[in-house]
Amino acid sequence: MKPCNQHDGRRGFLKKSASIAALYFTPAMLVKTFAMDAIVPLPIAKEKLAITINGKLMNLEIDARTTLLNLLREDLSYTGTKKGCEMGQCGACTIHINGKRTKSCIQLALSNQNNKITTIEGLSDGLSLHPMQAAFLKNDAFQCGYCTSGQIMSAVACVREGNAKSRKSIQTYMDTNICRCGAYQNIVDAIEEVAKTGAKI
Amino acid sequence: MKSNNYNTIFLEDERVDGADKVNGKAKYTAEHNLPNLAYAVFVTSTIAKGTIKSIDTSKALAMPGVLDIIYYGNCPLVPGYISNAAERPKNVFEWRGYKVLYDNKVRFFGQPIALIVADTFENANAAIRFVKADYEVEKFETNFDKARLDPANLKGPIIYKRGTEKKFKETNFFVEAEYNIPIEVHNAMELFATIAHWETEDKVTLYDKTQGPKSTQSTVAKTFGLPDKNVRVIAENVGGGFGSGLRSWPNVPAACIAAKKLNRPVKLVLTRPQMFTLVGYRPQSWQKIGLGADAAGNFIGISHEAISNTSRYEDFREGIVDVSKFLYASENVDTKYQLLPLDLSTPIWMRGPGEATGCFALESAIDELSYKLKMDPIQLRIKNFTTVNPENKLPFSDINLKDCYAYGVEKIGWKNRPSIPGAIKENGWLIGYGMAVGVFGAGKGSASVRIVLSNDGKLLLECAVSDMGPGTMTSMSIIAADAMQMPIQKIKFKLGDSDLPPGPSQGGSGTTSTVGSAVDLACKTLQQKIKELAVQYAPAFSTTTADALEVKNEMVILKTDANTKIDISALLKLANQEKIDLIINSNGKNAEQLKYTSNSFSAHFVKLAVNAKDGTIKVLNVVTTGDAGKIISPKTARSQMLGGVVGGIGMALTEKVDIDQSTGQIINASFGAYHVPLHSQIPPTDVWFVNKPDIHMNEIGAKGIGEIALIGFAAAIANAVYNATGKRVRDLPITPEKLGFKTAKA
Repeated sequence: MKPCNQHDGRRGFLKKSASIAALYFTPAMLVKTFAMDAIVPLPIAKEKLAITINGKLMNLEIDARTTLLNLLREDLSYTGTKKGCEMGQCGACTIHINGKRTKSCIQLALSNQNNKITTIEGLSDGLSLHPMQAAFLKNDAFQCGYCTSGQIMSAVACVREGNAKSRKSIQTYMDTNICRCGAYQNIVDAIEEVAKTGAKI
Repeated sequence: MKSNNYNTIFLEDERVDGADKVNGKAKYTAEHNLPNLAYAVFVTSTIAKGTIKSIDTSKALAMPGVLDIIYYGNCPLVPGYISNAAERPKNVFEWRGYKVLYDNKVRFFGQPIALIVADTFENANAAIRFVKADYEVEKFETNFDKARLDPANLKGPIIYKRGTEKKFKETNFFVEAEYNIPIEVHNAMELFATIAHWETEDKVTLYDKTQGPKSTQSTVAKTFGLPDKNVRVIAENVGGGFGSGLRSWPNVPAACIAAKKLNRPVKLVLTRPQMFTLVGYRPQSWQKIGLGADAAGNFIGISHEAISNTSRYEDFREGIVDVSKFLYASENVDTKYQLLPLDLSTPIWMRGPGEATGCFALESAIDELSYKLKMDPIQLRIKNFTTVNPENKLPFSDINLKDCYAYGVEKIGWKNRPSIPGAIKENGWLIGYGMAVGVFGAGKGSASVRIVLSNDGKLLLECAVSDMGPGTMTSMSIIAADAMQMPIQKIKFKLGDSDLPPGPSQGGSGTTSTVGSAVDLACKTLQQKIKELAVQYAPAFSTTTADALEVKNEMVILKTDANTKIDISALLKLANQEKIDLIINSNGKNAEQLKYTSNSFSAHFVKLAVNAKDGTIKVLNVVTTGDAGKIISPKTARSQMLGGVVGGIGMALTEKVDIDQSTGQIINASFGAYHVPLHSQIPPTDVWFVNKPDIHMNEIGAKGIGEIALIGFAAAIANAVYNATGKRVRDLPITPEKLGFKTAKA
């Protein structure tokens, strides 16, 4: 079957689509934004969620189906946390929940009631870089940068967990995070460098 | 590195855009938020081939938040979807590939058949399962190994011949064997995504994951019948591409159509499984190589045949057999290349493209022949080394592979390589050494660069190229810092926006040469303008000519007396100019440069261990060397080579798409089942460059490295596996089963 038998090129497209668009046009949605300690109205507000993100307590009303990753990226504009697979396999979405590294794409946001979340944006004060971020930059531990937030969140946890005592151990405990550009060697260099300082990070 | 042999001055060597990538601020395509944004998801086919008899969208349309479901029954006509050229408006080109949402044909398993648009991602996603399609199923073929055996299925051939065909068979020392490489998928970490926003009825802005903002702009303009200037494509940061972003895929027209139809911005992000079916892949290939030499090791004849798959609706070819025509001296070469259309989506260049496929076979065959000749494989390569391209008879503009061999031999410990395979066993592991060569054409195309020097001393450069990870912004800033002899901190290079002066798509290892030459030319033109201004406005230079002056350290200086100088900012103020603003066009190779043939080369060295009981392969050490002219940005260039090694390990040992031949479905479309290399699979890797400017190539002496980083690597692994075990595996990936270790005696 052919979709449209009569047409006159671009203008046909423009005319037709404009009229159809009118049928479907819906009023502007409430602007998605976030405010500290405030209820954020989202288009389909279903469930209440109290969650602390990078030190800010938020009282939200959210779609019960929303993953923690989508809450961060789509609803709250914390786009530093990346979506790579939505299956918990690549690690691009790694964040800290109550200090523990977790893949946010396979977490329902609602299962994080009263949890404290740290994302890449909350790792440093925003003015300077966290030592792990600085080490990644210095060691060129990324290329495209897309897996980097997740690598850094895992790397910080890897050191804090005490799993950064050798290169082999770092590699094993970083197998959670895929880097398709292949910056692995430089990532391990960066983590080793931070771990060797012995500084609390 | 603070400086190199070529007096590059820059205080820090971190990526100029690196801070934003480590603190999460760098924005990728899907991360741009627009008011009133709607979310789109594809519904995909559950058959490999056939016709959709009907689609029931009623239940899905009734789901909360669903705004529209676009499919062949209600898709507005896109001008570029008109097949009949006579009916298409003049400025419109027919869309290349299948016309998504347009007709009721299914061409491969997982093809988009409808697009759901909703107010939230959750609402769009939830509606997918409620769209019901009724199909008329047709017989399909996705089995490459079976289908290639029937010549009636093959397209082509493309034939090349010099000297006598199949000459290798007349030699005393020859090898002839078949090689197989499965479908591999780029799998860049960033999911393909498009946000389309019609600013007015005939003006659209796209945020798109693309390696070529200008190419996407042109595609969209010509598909929708718009002037180029009415289409703006923004790709500020690209989360990996490896070739998959070198054309526009169905997500681009689908997002444009939906945004137009709904009159609001629409975001369409692919899923990871869709990254396996909708945005290209390295085609499956079969190759046969015959290679013969005389007793001294001189190659007498090379015969190279290849078949690679394409889709039913487009022909995709790449340079699989090309490497055999020119990398080594051989009087007799014949090649044959054919395509096998299957009921799969269309492939596209994947890092190293056809040359990586071809080099796996050629470089494996050379290794195999070396054992027959009882010759060191490096000596065999040196024996057949040529400084003149035997295919086009032009001299290589530069070739330093012997330096690469020398470095690799020493660093990998080549002297420890057993000349008889399987001779070294340590703690239950068989140890082997292998090496192989990679080669890729080094081009130089045309590009335009805008250069703006402000009277505060800051330098801005702009070009509509993209940066998918190699560090283009950094290397271009370095080239500018070098040419202007000024601090890199004062330089900003802007890219990733089609509104900027036209630049090439980032692919084929051509960005540094093409855009770098344009940046260099722009800086030199700017310097000339500055000198002319100095003569005109600076009293100290009023009696001199521009030729007597030089521009460096942000000053104009009299060549004969360094004390006679003026600060550039001061000069601009003196001339009452806020800025100098120029657009420079740089062309492809000039007549002098065309007297040569230019390539980048690499040589990879591997030491690995194979477990004698279960065949587990552990890569122990890698030395990878690049001969790619002057290395502009040592740090990012090294990273690119490291990435090539990781990609090469994937190609050699882990990556393979599996298709269920009873349904035509890819059954391992996830990172869980399609195995890309992980941290713990990566050995210590030493990267080395010849780092010698190729003065016949372009003005900056630099060639590309993106492809050569990977090309040849899989053969280096296969050759090392043979050296360790005596088993020659010619089918990738090399797995313990293929080594036959299941029955091996401990």
